[in-house]
Amino acid sequence: MKWIRLRYTKWFNILKDGLHRNNPIVVAVLGICSSLAVTNRVENAIAMGLGVTFVVMASSAFISLIRNFIPGKVRMVTYMVIISAFVIIVQMFLEAYFPSIASALGAYVGLIITNCIVMGRAEAFAVKNPVRYTLVDGFASGMGYTLVLLVVSIVRELLASGTLLGYQIMPDTWPNWVVMSIAPGGFFVLGLLIWGIREWSKFYETN
Amino acid sequence: MSNLFELILASILNHNIALVYILGMCPLIAISTNVKNAKGMGLAVIIVVTLTAIINWPIYQLLLATGTEKLALLVFIITIAAVVQLLEIFMEKFVPSMYNAFGIFLPLITVNCVVLAVSLFFVNREYTFGETAAFGFGSSVGWALAIILLAGIREKMAKISDLPKGLQGKAIVFIILGILALAFIGFTGLASI
Repeated sequence: MKWIRLRYTKWFNILKDGLHRNNPIVVAVLGICSSLAVTNRVENAIAMGLGVTFVVMASSAFISLIRNFIPGKVRMVTYMVIISAFVIIVQMFLEAYFPSIASALGAYVGLIITNCIVMGRAEAFAVKNPVRYTLVDGFASGMGYTLVLLVVSIVRELLASGTLLGYQIMPDTWPNWVVMSIAPGGFFVLGLLIWGIREWSKFYETN
Repeated sequence: MSNLFELILASILNHNIALVYILGMCPLIAISTNVKNAKGMGLAVIIVVTLTAIINWPIYQLLLATGTEKLALLVFIITIAAVVQLLEIFMEKFVPSMYNAFGIFLPLITVNCVVLAVSLFFVNREYTFGETAAFGFGSSVGWALAIILLAGIREKMAKISDLPKGLQGKAIVFIILGILALAFIGFTGLASI
């Protein structure tokens, strides 16, 4: 009974929207740049996913907090400044505690600023809703993003080098598919993933 | 001089910012449904990226001199927004014909990651001023090349192809991009960056 009641709360619906029905990558096709460039290894994908989740949650909450004081005309610039402040925090955190991941991600950490997911959630959700819901929404979008990143990176790392998180999975005779670790592999895996998910969920684009 | 030429060639072909570094995907996918719009967007990107790279380089030297290079990200994004805004006003006032042709693409460029990426790359690779200008120009030309190629393929494809339902729209774009990226790998070793 409790489960049924939970399904109709706003919290649950926001969470489900971000993870499944409105998944930022496979349904809305947002934030592709970073999702393809960093998914050649699973650890990079995890770092990127968590970084984006943090930035979405923190910046949405902050924007929602001051939403009544932002003049409509300069709201884009305001978002940009707030978002870039949080991205700088992520960048400094990675450099301090995970220097190897920071150097592997390189400039792509800074590019979280231009990730459309962050800006999109700020514009579509954070300016209209109280703080407690924006936190759930940010978490859901971030996790939906991380989930897709994980799937793509697992496929790519497994095929490209036969490992997962550095552990050997495939037999030693596995021929490494080098193409999977560079750009074309990312495009193909994501394209096929979107196709698969759309066939499975019967959600088609009508154009 | 030959060094700069090599840098331009490399950033157009074998280090193409769209097909090798996978940057600027959102507008690449959204605006590539026909060749005319793709050309407008490509031209706008060439102008803005080259300008912002040239402007951001001295600003970054200033930040380095004052020891505040951690703030580079924040400063770059503000410069980019300001340049785009100024360019829009300038074009509307002095070259209205150009403004009508691709003025609508200008606001979209602020969130195009190519612009920010070029600024971040010259920081990471410690380019000189000349190299930065060459790299900015080459990268944006490479991006324009990618979007025009993609738009050409999509335009033809919309007329003749019979795709499964799930592949229509965005999914097939990724497959096309994958094949284009494979083709660009053929340029590997042509010039070094």
